[in-house]
Amino acid sequence: MFGILKIAFKLLVNDKGKFTALLVGITFAVFLMIMMTSMFAGILARSSSTVTNIGAKMWVLDPAVNNVSSSIPMPDYVQDAVRSIPGVRYAVPLYSGGAQVKLKSGIYQGVTVIGLDDATLFGRPDLMQGKIEDIYAENGFIVVNDAEFKKLDSPKVGDEFELNDHRGVVVGIAKANTSGLFGVPTLYTTYHRAITYIPSTRFTTSYILVQPKSSSDIPHIKLEVQKLGYQALTDDEFIQKISNFYMYQTGLGINVMLMTVISFIVGLSISGQTFYTFILENLEKFGALKAIGAKSRELISMILFQAGFTAFLGYGLGVGLASLIIMLAKLRLPDYAAQITNMNLGIAFIMVLIIASISSYIGVRKVIRIEPFDIFRG
Amino acid sequence: MKKLAVEATGLAKWFGEGEAKTIAVNEVSFTANLGEILYIVGPSGSGKTTLLSMISGILKPNAGQVLLEGKDIWRMSSDELADFRLNKIGFVFQDYHLFSRLTTVENVAIPLILKKCDWDESMRIALEYLDIVGLKDRAYLPPVKLSGGEQQRVAIARAIASRPDILIFDEPTASLDGDTGRKIVEFVKQHILNENRCIIIVTHDSRIFEYADRIIHMEDGKIVEGD
Repeated sequence: MFGILKIAFKLLVNDKGKFTALLVGITFAVFLMIMMTSMFAGILARSSSTVTNIGAKMWVLDPAVNNVSSSIPMPDYVQDAVRSIPGVRYAVPLYSGGAQVKLKSGIYQGVTVIGLDDATLFGRPDLMQGKIEDIYAENGFIVVNDAEFKKLDSPKVGDEFELNDHRGVVVGIAKANTSGLFGVPTLYTTYHRAITYIPSTRFTTSYILVQPKSSSDIPHIKLEVQKLGYQALTDDEFIQKISNFYMYQTGLGINVMLMTVISFIVGLSISGQTFYTFILENLEKFGALKAIGAKSRELISMILFQAGFTAFLGYGLGVGLASLIIMLAKLRLPDYAAQITNMNLGIAFIMVLIIASISSYIGVRKVIRIEPFDIFRG
Repeated sequence: MKKLAVEATGLAKWFGEGEAKTIAVNEVSFTANLGEILYIVGPSGSGKTTLLSMISGILKPNAGQVLLEGKDIWRMSSDELADFRLNKIGFVFQDYHLFSRLTTVENVAIPLILKKCDWDESMRIALEYLDIVGLKDRAYLPPVKLSGGEQQRVAIARAIASRPDILIFDEPTASLDGDTGRKIVEFVKQHILNENRCIIIVTHDSRIFEYADRIIHMEDGKIVEGD
């Protein structure tokens, strides 16, 4: 079988024009599919950045909340009730809200303010500069050094700003595991200071962060929180809820899916058409091979090999090209959200397999039907 | 006494049904012997190619049988038939059907590769056959770089590479000028024919009739002279 596949390989790659067209078609399709889906994956990852960065095991929230930035404040008794649920090791409040910061330059910049529980500072970020206890200092704020850091004029420890006519002082610079989605810088302060500086509704607790005693306590905690009229989610469930919101309720998912399908159709059209032409041009030769003594399964294996080889090479080139473009884009654009996940690669791989299958099916059909007698008849 | 290469008995083939039925070959019987060149001649549409296809295991007859070494080839399975063609029959097609994307030597090696012969060994043997047809120096050129006569010789080398008992030529001179055509058939008679091989040539080129050991004339699907 190796020899016949080598013949198939030579027939394919020695037809440089068609081989190039096939490769370009598949590479382009894979490139587009990877770009589309990786941008979507990046957007979804960023949409849950607060959940990831805070790192709480469980989140208690209003059931109507579908993303972190649109929290619905809860009354204080909920926190007390959650703390009294058996299986809860501890539960602390978290404030999350938006505010306008006036920089030294006089420019206003919208920010997200995260208020950490005063007693525990649960969910605090890792600091690059400064000390975490300085958050308790007068007007102390920690600035997250993410993609939006420059929008605050790249502040240093000791720099000052105004927040709703309150003085704010940068007491630390924090690392960010994941940048946010909306292009807004993030400030951390204490819960008490956050609700004091930022105008708020009657209730102030955006979320309650819960640490269960063990994983087996989670179902029970969820049930008890549900009885209170609220929802308790693990961090993964909350991330999934946010992803579902962006995927199914914002039009983002359907648009990205459409673009991915279009990329697939483009790839299928180019490579399917080119492969079909390639088979048609060699059809008489395949007929001659049949007359000489090649079995149908040998001819089918030749076609499958040609389609598979082109598909996998095109897949590799497409993934490589997309990775290169994303890497270069991230060097120039820190806000660029695309990230290649195993799922992106898997989706593109399945799409390429479908392209290769359809292309080879067309070829196989033709080759199986060719009769050696037609070669004699001319 | 020459040994029998192939025996066809009562071969018939028709296409279409009812009013559209066309009889291409009508109850034809003949024999071909090892060590001879047998011509099947006749005007276009006389059934020569259909007959050739039936005795070479390519087109199933509606009636009759083709015996080779005492076995009816049309009782074989499709895989057995493919193996029969690969091992017993060598084809030289009218348009040669050489792969333009392969080198000349790779084209010649195709039957050997189909016989699962190792790649390097196939190339070595193919070079020997190219040497026989006088084209060893053209081994690594693509067939499109060769003249019509040279391509014909490459096709012959490919046909004999699997050491078949029966060599079938379909209109071997149709794409060649008269002189080249004669030289090719002369070459075949001198270098390719041997006592263990039968060569069947379908042609209507009377300029090469002189090289035949026997000639079968066909008209309207029947043998009108020669067997």
